Amino acid sequence: MKLDLTRNETLVAGVILAFCAIAAVVDPGFLSMPTLTDLLRGGIVLGIFAVGAMLVLVSGGIDVSFTAVAAFAMYTTTLLLVNWAPGLPWWAAFLVAMAIGALLGAFNGLFIAGFGLPTLIVTLGTLSIFRGFLLTFVGSKLISNLPPGMRDFSRLMMVRGTNADGSFYSLPWAFAFLVGVVVVTWTILYRTMLGRAIFAMGGSMESARRIGIPVRATQFFVYVYVGTMAGLAGIIHASMARVANPFDLVGLELSVIAAVVLGGARLAGGYGTLTGTLLGVALIVLVRNSLIVLGIPSTWQSVAIGILILIGTGLPAWQAKRAAARAA
Amino acid sequence: MKRLLAAPEGRLAVITLVIFAGMSFLAPDRFLSVQNVTSMAFQFPEFAILALAMTITMLTGGIDLSVVGIANLSAIVAALILTRFATGTTGTDAVLWLALALAAAGGIGLVAGLFNGVAVAVFGLPAILATLGSGLIFTGIAIALTGGSAVMGFPAAAAWLGNATLAGVPVPLLLFALLAGGLAFVLARTGFGLKVQMYGTNPLAAHFAGVDVTRLLIRVYAVSGVLAAIAGLVVMSRANSAKADYGSSYLLLAVLIAVLGGVNPYGGYGRVVGVVLAVLSMQFLSSGLNMLGVSNFARELIWGALLLVVMVVNAGSWPRLRARPRVRAEPGLQPSPGTET
Repeated sequence: MKLDLTRNETLVAGVILAFCAIAAVVDPGFLSMPTLTDLLRGGIVLGIFAVGAMLVLVSGGIDVSFTAVAAFAMYTTTLLLVNWAPGLPWWAAFLVAMAIGALLGAFNGLFIAGFGLPTLIVTLGTLSIFRGFLLTFVGSKLISNLPPGMRDFSRLMMVRGTNADGSFYSLPWAFAFLVGVVVVTWTILYRTMLGRAIFAMGGSMESARRIGIPVRATQFFVYVYVGTMAGLAGIIHASMARVANPFDLVGLELSVIAAVVLGGARLAGGYGTLTGTLLGVALIVLVRNSLIVLGIPSTWQSVAIGILILIGTGLPAWQAKRAAARAA
Repeated sequence: MKRLLAAPEGRLAVITLVIFAGMSFLAPDRFLSVQNVTSMAFQFPEFAILALAMTITMLTGGIDLSVVGIANLSAIVAALILTRFATGTTGTDAVLWLALALAAAGGIGLVAGLFNGVAVAVFGLPAILATLGSGLIFTGIAIALTGGSAVMGFPAAAAWLGNATLAGVPVPLLLFALLAGGLAFVLARTGFGLKVQMYGTNPLAAHFAGVDVTRLLIRVYAVSGVLAAIAGLVVMSRANSAKADYGSSYLLLAVLIAVLGGVNPYGGYGRVVGVVLAVLSMQFLSSGLNMLGVSNFARELIWGALLLVVMVVNAGSWPRLRARPRVRAEPGLQPSPGTET
């Protein structure tokens, strides 16, 4: 395989390797199982969000409301379970949360596919609608006494172990959901006509329409799918944190989009890979968790992420601009 | 009546009046009181100025998501100068330090705006990403400068900008009126304003018409940065402190007001009158709901709903307001089906 330096995936992978190499030199304890499981655990919710956000970017839109969808689905589901069905197993809770997410996603889809409004403006609006509705009418109090089903889920561990120095590490089964989401999304994007339609739409909406792709239905599907993923990410977040906080998650949307864009997905649509997205998530999680290892105080975290976004998107944009200038 | 309703500004004027009348009817003694009117006049200029910054970038088909970051960073730099050097000074010294702090804040806004402009115009980054990234950087620097805590303890003179009245009119309101009037004049009566609207309508045509597109965009983002810095100073003066996470909800609000005011997010159409009307309607709604005992969260819900409703109503009229369909769509604000005819 040829190493293509102009691809974002290569760049991001290089930055991750460099980061880990420096971190390993500075702190020999960095390359250990606890670091790895911490990273993987930190990437679960962010990763599921990112996969959904990537799908939207590929389709040529942008969604900033998914964190509000997640918070809404997570909190409402927990509240329903606590009040009416405390005995429900965890998978039923997950299904309920995903259904709520899908419903809210359909609301976005209605305005975007139905009325043809700009995606950024609609999802900015629904972000405040979902959040406002949740906090006004559903509730704004923290639920720390989760239903037993969700508590059971948080105890399911894939890997568990003790380090040489006696510290514990573990990887929850929730990680399998990220893997599952990646597999399902990969299948949709690369093995179905629907996936082709999403790519085509992102490339050029008008061309997609002219070759007979039902653009409105496809767009509607994209937002429902993202909503569903957001619902899943939300309920996993609550289960893992063992608390349902309605103020959680909102505010994360720009970091998620940053991760996806770092991974090479284009805002203009039509291009994006799952590998890139996951690499982008890994880099963001690395910066959030381990910047301190490199001796950079954590107060500089958002500066680091901002610089990464500008470089990660600026390089390809600059190259494209130069190529266009040469062709002209 | 029909002609009035044909323009987004006309519809908005009606909406504003309806909201005002409704609130006056629902809470007559409190909503129409002198106290409420004055407090409204003190409240809205800060986010209204941010909305002006958003408006000029949206006119070019871009967006500036870094306005709140710029506002806070400028305010913090001004606040640090004031607390470090100006406390205890009196008379001319105090005024000089204050002027220096204000100038420094304006300078930060200008540099931050130039940074955005270069990223968008020279490097060709999509405006959403460039300003999203730079916004994180500005906020990050603000956090790093202060360690995340608030900067406070200013000399009394610093409160003038946000809290004083001049001939009975609140200073922030005067400032907003001045800036809005200035922007309206620049957009409607100068070559720069014409070029901004030309570029927003059709970037390629503007380029072929001999507009220096790079220079134009850099200037647009610089103006946006300076406006954001001024908004930051007003917030600082009103709150009598500066903090890296002040006004985080203002970003959504600024976008919302610009779009509510009839500014076309694809670029090319927008009038300052509309933005002013949108600001007034938001403030009436916000104050009125507050008096009716509605929670802050419900306000967020109503703002979002208002945005969607106005978008649905306006969506039908954008294609007609634009001379020609856009040839090259701005990345990220891709025309969706139904709006590109």
